[in-house]
This record gives sequence, C-alpha cells and structure tokens, in this order.
Amino acid sequence: MSAQRTAWRDARLVAARAETGAARTLVFKIPGWPGHLAGQHVDVRLTAEDGYSTQRSYSIASATDGDLVELTVQNVPDGEVSPYLVEVLEVGDEVEIRGPVGGWFVWRPSSERPVLLVGGGSGIVPLMAMIRARRQAAGRTPFRLVYSVREPGQRFYAGELRRHDPADAGLDVAYLYTRAVPDGWPRPAGRLTVADLNTHGWPADFEPDCYVCGPTGFVETAADILIALGHDPRRIRTERFGPTGG
Amino acid sequence: MGIISRGFRGRPRDEGVKLPPGQYLTHDFPVLSAGPTPRVRLDTWEFTIDTETGQTHRWTWRQLLDLPSETPTVDLHCVTKWSKLGTSWKGVSLDVLMEDVETTAEYALVYSYGGYTTNLPLQDLLDGQAWITYEYDGEELAPAHGGPARLLVPHLYLWKSAKWVRGIRLLNEDWPGFWETAGYHNYGDPWREQRYQGD
Repeated sequence: MSAQRTAWRDARLVAARAETGAARTLVFKIPGWPGHLAGQHVDVRLTAEDGYSTQRSYSIASATDGDLVELTVQNVPDGEVSPYLVEVLEVGDEVEIRGPVGGWFVWRPSSERPVLLVGGGSGIVPLMAMIRARRQAAGRTPFRLVYSVREPGQRFYAGELRRHDPADAGLDVAYLYTRAVPDGWPRPAGRLTVADLNTHGWPADFEPDCYVCGPTGFVETAADILIALGHDPRRIRTERFGPTGG
Repeated sequence: MGIISRGFRGRPRDEGVKLPPGQYLTHDFPVLSAGPTPRVRLDTWEFTIDTETGQTHRWTWRQLLDLPSETPTVDLHCVTKWSKLGTSWKGVSLDVLMEDVETTAEYALVYSYGGYTTNLPLQDLLDGQAWITYEYDGEELAPAHGGPARLLVPHLYLWKSAKWVRGIRLLNEDWPGFWETAGYHNYGDPWREQRYQGD
C-alpha cells in the first residue's frame, strides 16, 4: 500500500462538558485535521512523564468542523485511560490523536437510503455523529434512532435531541429504558425486544441501512432481531465494544 | 516520545510482559465484528481450499474433526489495542489441510460465512503458523468468537483470524479483503504496529 501513514497530531482540549455523571464530551483542537466521515473513530495516545504511553480508540461524536473534533468518553471503572479523560484532563491540556480511522461503520450524506440507528449506552456516540452530519448537510434522508439506556439520567445529548432543530426534520427518536422509566412512560423498563425494533425501526421492505453500536450483548441482540425482521445482514453494520464473558 | 499528558500516570508497569507497541493487556475476550453474527449449521458446513488452477479441496465438519488436531496456546493482538496472552485453542493446522494441495500461488484470500474476507501471503498460513480452530479454552467455539470454526493466525492482528471461516482461495495476485479495503493495513504485523494503511 502506498497510502500515507496517518500521523499522530497534537490535540489540545479547548472545551468540555458533562453528558452524564460518568460521561464527558471533549472538544479537541487538532491543527491539520483532515476531516472525517460520520461513524469513524480516532486513536488517543497518552504519555506519562516516564515515557510510558498507552492508546485507546474512541468514536468521533461530531460532524466535520474544521480542526475541532469532539469525542464523548464514558468513564469505565478501573479503566486506565477513560478516568483520566473524564476526570483529570483540563481545558488547555494536550494529548495525541491519530485518525480518522475506519471505512465501514460510516454514513455519507450523499446516501439516499433510509437509516436506522440503534444505540445502546455510549454506543450512541458514532450514531450522533451521523445525526449531526445529516443536520450539517441539511439532509432529508429519513432517520430513525432507537436509543437504549439504563435510565433517563444516562442519556447522552438529551437536550440536543429534544430541541427538534428544524434541520432535524425527518429524524425520529425513540428511547428505551432498561432499568427505570420516567413517570407515565408507556413502555415498562426492559431490554430491547422484537416489538421495539418493529415499532420504531423501518420495515425491511424499505431496505434501510442499519447501524448498530453498543456493548457486545446489545449488538448481538439487536442484529439478530433485525435479521429476524427480514433485514438483509449485509445492510446491518455493527460496532461492538466492551468486555464480554464469552 | 510524544507530548506528555499532564497528570497521566497510567497503570503500574508490568515489566515481565512484553507487548507489541501500542497494545494493552486485557483478561477479557472482547468481540469485534463488522456485522451480525451468522448462525452456521454444522450439517451443511464445509471448508474449501480453491487453488489458482481451479482445483477444489473440500472438507465437511465431520471430516475436519477427523483430521489430526493441535492445541496451540498463543497470544492474541487486536488492532483495537487489546492483547490477550496465553489463549488455548484446538484445531487443524493449515499444514495438514494444505498437504495434498498443489499450488504455486503466493497469496491467500480467506472468506467466511456472512461475507467477510481477509487476505494474507500464503506463507503466513504455513509452517505451524495457522490453524482452523473449533475449540477455545476447552469449549466449543462460541458463535460470537467465530464458531463453529475460525482461522487462527496469531502472529498477525486478529482481524486476519477470520471468524466463521468457510474457505481459502489461493491466488497469484494479492486481493485485499474487507478491512484491508477499509483503511486497515494490508499485512498487519502487530510487532511493527501495522494498523492502518501507510503504517
């Protein structure tokens, strides 16, 4: 391959905001950033004073915006990198970032197929990048998001999704809660079911592109349900993360 | 050395463990796949090797299990940064499967149930470097980890160890596979940190 090596770039934190009690959106300024597609990820490298360094991959949350790149990081208890990014890193601090990476779990605004996004927990992050890229492109492709979280306080981007930005016309959002629901919520707390994706997804006849992201068990379940509902496995793109017992 | 991240200390260093650059140690077995997990039936399962001259060698599930097996214990290195050491597998060496295959091809394209593909030089599949595995840690291989059978070629990043393996096509020319056409390195040597195109 004659492709050029993707460079490590210095990335300065220029803003940060809490998404939940344990998740934080980090806005990095990365001079020379080449832009990215919605759904791609970056590698983040941290280096300690003694020269020890370690890397992790994080999905990009934002649409392309010059040299600004947003990540949303969930604090993994006992993690080596995420507690630093969520609790220690301050505006003005620097890390190194390499990317963008990944050419499969991506959505391009030029695509005209309907889109079904199915996110579990922090699996919403790359899906949000797709929603934001659609908004940025003033896209009219119909989008549906099915977003499963433990309880309402665990939602990322809640205000932004609630705002009904006119540019988000044609985006439907359905929340599923697995542990606790708001008062008067019609659906009892519980894990994703066939009925959920049958109600809030697209009929398979519409041939939507499906993007499923979340913990392994969630993704396995969601993908199996989509196949059972008649969706072509080749149009179901998945991104799994987190440990698994298997 | 890169820029110092203020206040970052990292985990205590385990000096006894040598990992490829940029990797960290995990004791879990994370799952990475680009699509749904295919459910593969054993009564219709088959593994084939197609040569560059159009010859096909075919094994049923029963025939695979009847071949002499090995129980390699190997380290796994995933391009997403985790490494898992000392994993135990059971399967058939590619040397056994290639024994009666006549070929002068230099490249292999591995393909899977579900449509996944990955490419590597044929020599990386030979000389005790690769297996078609059907047991992990003493148990039958779970579908999420590639069962009923997956290729195991542990000296390369784990995406080369194709899950749900169905066959190998031997080719005179290199034919990039799924991740190799989606921005990842064509060869994928973890010790040279060949993660992405251009590395």
